[in-house]
Amino acid sequence: MSLDRETVKRIATLARLKLSDERVVPMQQDLNRILHFIDQLNEVDTSSVEKMESTKRVSMPLRQDIVNDGNCVDKILVNAPEVACNMFVVPKVVE
Amino acid sequence: MTNLASKAAVKNDLVRLTLAEAKEGLRQKEFSSVELTQAYLESIRQNASLNAYILETPELALEMAQESDNRLAKGDARPLEGLPLGIKDLFCTENIQTTAGSHILEGYKPPYESTVSGNLKKAGAVFLGKTNMDEFAMGSANITSYFGNVVNPWKRADGKDLTPGGSSGGSAAAVAGGLALAATASDTGGSIRQPAAFSGVVGLLPTYGRCSRWGMVAFASSLDQAGPLTRDVRDSALMLEIMAGHDPKDATSAPVEVPNFQKLIEQGVKGLRVGIPKEYRLDGMAEDIVTLWEKGAQWLKEAGAEIVEISLPHTKYSLPTYYVLAPAEASSNLARYDGVRYGLRVPGKSLDELYENTRSQGFGDEVQRRILIGTYVLSAGYYDAYYLKAQKIRKLIAQDFKIAFQKVDIILTPTTPSAAFALDEKPTDPVVMYLNDVLTVPVNLAGLPGISIPAGLSREGLPLGLQLIGPAFEEGLLFRAGCVLEQAANFKPFLER
Amino acid sequence: MTNRYFYEGATGPWELVIGLEVHAQVSSNAKLFSGAATTFGAEPNTQVSFVDAAMPGMLPVINQICVEQAIRTGLGINAEINLMSVFDRKNYFYADLPAGYQISQYLQPIVGKGYLDIELEDGNVRRIGITRLHLEQDAGKSIHDQHPEKSYIDLNRSGVALMEIVSEPELRSAEEAAAYVHKLRSILRYLGTCDGNMDQGSMRVDVNVSVRKPGTPLGTRAEIKNVNSIKFLAQAIDYEADRQIAILEDGGEIIQETRLFDSVKGTTRPMRNKEHAHDYRYFPDPDLPPLILDAEWVEKIRQNLPELPDAKKARLIKDYELSAYDASVIVSEIEIASYFEAVLKVLNPCNSKSVKLMANWLMGDLFAALNREGESIENCPISPEHLAGLMSQIQNAVISGKIAKEVFVLMWESGKDAATLIEEHGLKQMSDDGAILAVIHKILEENQGMVEEYKAGKDKLFGFFVGQVMKATAGKANPDLVNKLLKEQLVK
Ligand SMILES: [Mg+2]
Ligand SMILES: [Zn+2]
Repeated sequence: MSLDRETVKRIATLARLKLSDERVVPMQQDLNRILHFIDQLNEVDTSSVEKMESTKRVSMPLRQDIVNDGNCVDKILVNAPEVACNMFVVPKVVE
Repeated sequence: MTNLASKAAVKNDLVRLTLAEAKEGLRQKEFSSVELTQAYLESIRQNASLNAYILETPELALEMAQESDNRLAKGDARPLEGLPLGIKDLFCTENIQTTAGSHILEGYKPPYESTVSGNLKKAGAVFLGKTNMDEFAMGSANITSYFGNVVNPWKRADGKDLTPGGSSGGSAAAVAGGLALAATASDTGGSIRQPAAFSGVVGLLPTYGRCSRWGMVAFASSLDQAGPLTRDVRDSALMLEIMAGHDPKDATSAPVEVPNFQKLIEQGVKGLRVGIPKEYRLDGMAEDIVTLWEKGAQWLKEAGAEIVEISLPHTKYSLPTYYVLAPAEASSNLARYDGVRYGLRVPGKSLDELYENTRSQGFGDEVQRRILIGTYVLSAGYYDAYYLKAQKIRKLIAQDFKIAFQKVDIILTPTTPSAAFALDEKPTDPVVMYLNDVLTVPVNLAGLPGISIPAGLSREGLPLGLQLIGPAFEEGLLFRAGCVLEQAANFKPFLER
Repeated sequence: MTNRYFYEGATGPWELVIGLEVHAQVSSNAKLFSGAATTFGAEPNTQVSFVDAAMPGMLPVINQICVEQAIRTGLGINAEINLMSVFDRKNYFYADLPAGYQISQYLQPIVGKGYLDIELEDGNVRRIGITRLHLEQDAGKSIHDQHPEKSYIDLNRSGVALMEIVSEPELRSAEEAAAYVHKLRSILRYLGTCDGNMDQGSMRVDVNVSVRKPGTPLGTRAEIKNVNSIKFLAQAIDYEADRQIAILEDGGEIIQETRLFDSVKGTTRPMRNKEHAHDYRYFPDPDLPPLILDAEWVEKIRQNLPELPDAKKARLIKDYELSAYDASVIVSEIEIASYFEAVLKVLNPCNSKSVKLMANWLMGDLFAALNREGESIENCPISPEHLAGLMSQIQNAVISGKIAKEVFVLMWESGKDAATLIEEHGLKQMSDDGAILAVIHKILEENQGMVEEYKAGKDKLFGFFVGQVMKATAGKANPDLVNKLLKEQLVK
C-alpha cells in the first residue's frame, strides 16, 4: 500500500502534527519506504494464530479502593506553561 | 594507600574500575565516594566533546557522595553505596530535568522519581547526571537527540567520529569512556544491546516485566524494558539485582522474586545446550562478525556446553512487525505531549493550532515519522491489515522461541550486523537505519532477556558484541554464559587501551 | 404496538427509534486507575494524581471495587459477565483528555447482553435490551466562562470510573426513554453502584434518535450528548422528533451528527466544534494485561446482590396484597423502599390491612409533607418507628383517623412519638360507653325536632347526629362506637 499526499495530510491532522507544504513530499516518501518494508508481513500465514492462544493467561493486578494519591495541586501545576485559578489554561474551546 | 603520589595514581585509575571493584575499594576505604565522584566529574568535564550527558548534576552528585561517605564511615553502607552512575534521560528523576532527548520536554522537572532510579537511589548510588539518548528512545545511532549526537569514545583508524549506537548511546559512551561506573538504559528494540556492542560494554535487556516501567518515559509500552550498561557481567548482575523487582504501580511488572544473580555468575555452562539460530546468519553479514559468532560457540563448547543448531523461522518478519507495533503504541503514548500541562508550548490561536505548533516544533523528524506511521496503521480501515496482522506475527515469533527453548537452554547470536559506523555515514533511508536492530528486535517482541557481551574487534578495530538470549526470567543463565564468553574473549575495553 | 407510539406528521405517522448510552459514575472512593479521590465539588485539581494528569511515565492500575461494581451492575441488569475483557485506548485530542486517549473497553467489554423491564403509565411492561456495559475513564472539565478568550481545565474528574451502559435501539417514545432511565437509575441505586445524582453529573445520557415511517429501515440518527435530567431527556427527544420529521417532510435529509441540548430553550443544536472527522484508532492498552475474572468471585457477587425493584414489588404484592400501583411507587426509589421496610419491621400488627393503611399514610400524608417541606425521605422527621407507632394507635382504636392527622402534624413538628403526643394533648379516643352515651343523650335532648324528623324517615340526619357528637367530644369519640350507640338510641 502507498500513501497519497491527502492521506499523509489527514493522518498528520489526526496526530496534530503540522506538515508544511514543503515537508509533505519528503515525509510521504519516507512513510512509503517504511510501509513498503512493512508490507512483507503479508507473506506470513497467520490463520493458525487464534488457536495458539495460551489458556492460562495472567490477569491484570487489582488495586484496593483506597485514596492514597492526589491532593498535590502544586505539583500537578508546577510544570504548566499557563495557569490561572489553579487550572490549566488553553485558548478558548468552542463546543 | 598512604602517600599522595599513589593516591593520585589511584585517582587516575578510579574511572577504570568496575562497579564491584569500586564497591570493594570504598569498603576497604582505599578512597572515598567523594573522591570517586570527583574523578568521574572531572572525566565528564574532560570528555565533554562526547556529549554523553544532557544534564550533569555535580553538586547533587557530591552531596550524595558525602552522604554515602558518612554512611560508609558508620558502617551503614547500602548495596551501591557511593557508586557514581549515569541515568538515561528517559527515567524521571525528581526535580531534575528529564527530557527523553526531546525539545518538547525541555525544562520538564518531574515531581516524582521513577521506580528504577529510585531503587538505585535507595541503594546508595550517586547520580552524576542524565545521559543523552535518541529522542524518545527512537533511534539506533543517537543522532535523533534534540541535544546533539553522542560520540563513541572508540575511534576508527581514519579518526572519524563514530556513533556509540542508540538509543542509550549516552549511557554506553559514558560507561565505555569512564564517564560513569555504570548506567541505566532502556531497550525497546535493541537500545541497550546495540550501543553496548558498538561501545564495547556489557548491555542487558532483562525479561519484560523484570524492571518496573513506572516513571520511565514510554516509547512502546509492550516492548520497553529498563536494564543496565556496565563494564562487565558481574556489574550487570549487581545492577539488575537493584533495578529489578515487582512494582505494584506497573500492571505489567512481574510478581516474581529477584534471585541473587551475583551468586550464579560463576556456575559456568557445563551441560548447557546452546542454540545457534540459522536465520540469524544474514545475507551479506560481515565476515568478521560471522567468525566471531563461530568463536563464541567454540568458547562455550570448550567450557562444556553443547552446541545445537536451531530454527527461528519468523526472524525475518521481526523488524517489519516491530515497525508496526512500536510506532502504533508510540503514536498513542506521545499524544500527551500537547503543550498544556508541561513541557514546550508553542502558542496558537485555537487549541488545535496550539497542539499542532507545539508538536511539530517539539518533536524531531524521526519521532514525527513514527507518530505518523503509528497513526496510519491504527486508523480506520487499516487496523486489521497492519496492527492486528503484526500482533499475530508477534505471537508466531514468540512461539518460535518457545519451541526453541524446548531444545536448548540459551541462544547465541551476534548483537549487530556490523560495527559502529561513522556519524557522517549515517543512512538517509530510515529503513536502512532500522536494519541495525534486526538481530535484537525479536527478543523484545518475545519479551525475553538478552545480553550483549563485548567479544572481539572488527577488521577496523572496533568492538563487536555477541548476544545471548534466554527464556523468560532466566537472566541468571545469561550471566553464566556471558561470564564464560567474557573470560574467553579477554576483551580489552576502551579504557584499557 | 398501539398508535400511542407514533408521532403524527403532515404525511401520516412516524415511528421514533431511540437508543440510549448512559454514563453512570461508579461509586468508589478512588479513581478507576489511580488513587486520587472522587468526591464531588472539590477545589480545582486537588483530586488529581500524576496518572490522572498523564505525566510522562505514569501507568494505570485498576481499582478492584470498580470492577466489582461493574459486575454487580451487569448482574443487576440480567446480563452475561465476560470472564475475560480488555481495556482499549480511544485516541483523540481534547483539552480535558490529558493522555490524548481515554482508557475504555471496545471489542471485549466486561458485561455483555442484558435487559431491563420498564413500566409505562398505562401499566404495560416492555422489556428493553441492553447491548453491553463497559468500564471507562471520565474526562476532566473545561470551564469556558471565566475568561473571554481562554478555557480553564480542571482534572478532578479525569480518570473517575464510569460505566457506559448501552441500550438496544428499542425505545419508541420519550416516555419510554424516560422510564428506561428512571428504571436503570433505580437499579443502580439499589445496587449501590452509582449514586444516580444527575444534577452532579453522576449520570449523563447520550441519546440516539432517528425517525422512520413504520415498517421501513432505520433512518439516519442524531446523537444528543450529555443530557443530565430525565425531564430534559424527554424534552430533547420530543424536540428532536419534531425537527427530524419536519426536515424529512420538507424533502430534506437528516445529517448524522452530534447535537447539544439547550436546557433553557428546550431545543437541540449541532455542536459548533465539529472536530476533524473522528478516527479513534482503538487498540488494546499495552499498559494493561487483560482482565480475567474468577468465576467464583462473580458467583459470590451474584449471591450477595440485594433484592432489586422488580423482585421487591412482586414480594410486596404477594405478601401484603398491595396494589400494583402502590407497590410500584414504593419500590421506585430505594430510600422509599427502605423506609417502607423499616416501618414494616416494627409494625404491629403486621397484616395486609395494617400494611395497606400504612402505605396509604406513607404515600398520602407523609409524601405530601415531604413535598411541602422539600425534604427527602432519609431526613424525614417522622422515623419509621414513629410512623408504625401512629399506625398502632389507629389500629388499636386509641385515636380516630381524623385525630391521627392531627397527631401526624404534631409528630412532624416535634419529632416525638404518637403515644406521647396523644397523652400530652389528651387526644385519646373516648371508648367508654357511658361517657359517649351521656353526650348522645344530651345531643338528642337538644335536638328533639330533628330526632322526630329522623324517625319519620329522614335518614340523612344520622350524619348530623354523628357530627354533633364528634364535635362535642372534640373528635375523640370512637366513631364506630358513636355509630353503634346512636343507632341504638334512635330506634328507641
Ligand atoms: Mg459512547
Ligand atoms: Zn463513553
